[in-house]
Amino acid sequence: MSAILVNDKVQEIEAPISLIDLIKLNNVEQPEMVSIQVNGEFVARENFESTLINADDEVDFLYFMGGGSR
Amino acid sequence: MDFNEDQIQRYSRHILLQDVGVEGQEKISNGKVLIIGAGGLGAPVALYLAAAGVGTIGIIDGDVVDLSNLQRQVIHFTPDVNKAKVLSAKEKINLINPDVEVITYYDLLTASNAFEIIKDYDFVVDGTDNFPVKFLINDACVMAGKPFSHGGILRFDGQTITVVPGTACYRCVFHAPPPANAVPTCSQAGVLGAIAGMLGTIQAAEVLKYLTGVGNLLTNRLLTFNAKTMDFRTIKVKHNSKCQVCGDHPTITELIDYEQATCELKTNN
Ligand SMILES: [Zn+2]
Repeated sequence: MSAILVNDKVQEIEAPISLIDLIKLNNVEQPEMVSIQVNGEFVARENFESTLINADDEVDFLYFMGGGSR
Repeated sequence: MDFNEDQIQRYSRHILLQDVGVEGQEKISNGKVLIIGAGGLGAPVALYLAAAGVGTIGIIDGDVVDLSNLQRQVIHFTPDVNKAKVLSAKEKINLINPDVEVITYYDLLTASNAFEIIKDYDFVVDGTDNFPVKFLINDACVMAGKPFSHGGILRFDGQTITVVPGTACYRCVFHAPPPANAVPTCSQAGVLGAIAGMLGTIQAAEVLKYLTGVGNLLTNRLLTFNAKTMDFRTIKVKHNSKCQVCGDHPTITELIDYEQATCELKTNN
């Protein structure tokens, strides 16, 4: 098992793991509502499958948040 | 600007602050701020900016007050139901602080009026509830070189980032609006009322920091919090050289009216 950081929290994974599998592993409800940074760089949606996460990588899931007015 | 005795007294707690002082209060009093959306976020922003004595506050909103707004939109009171939100907000601002000049736009922000409306302001606050307008505000402000504060709330969560020319913009982080049918907004998913106050007051503080030049703005950092755990995070974000509006080769050169989400309540959220 390898340790990575997901939203600042340590997570143990079988490295390497594709970003798309990491999304599934984290039960992201609506993958289309998340923007992802790996080690401070944004990953384009079309590269979610090809991007591999390795030990010590830092992943940030950033969610669309739409509320405010009505 | 010369403050009279009442104003010295009114703004004394700002003036006492070493970083603000009379000079800083003058900058606040000369400030012109546009608030887009007089709802959950716009309400606390407007109340605090009015109390702070921001010289000119513009408010744009095309809605009337609904009974279901009062749970969080604290600038509107029960007798205001069915009144235009901009009018209701203007009345409260005037009662809090007659020094403030309020300009109201009983309208929606669109690709055709955005530049014309934002051009007169020093700073823009996004207090809207949907992605088409959030991206419109971002693109208009980036293209016009206007600093602005993005804010979003949902259920128990809030997020905000301040964008000034050259720093990471909303599109650098979120690229493009999500598919309309995927999007829950407050009216569909619900929100804890106090979250609006937590996020809106952070946005108001950013405005006052920008006007006075005090401290470090929330630029290149996305602040997110969850009220269930009361965990706050700031995530470093970088200006994205591939950003469609502020990157090296922008592909978006004019404003877009994205289609509005027309969704129903998502049962499993
Ligand atoms: Zn950008």
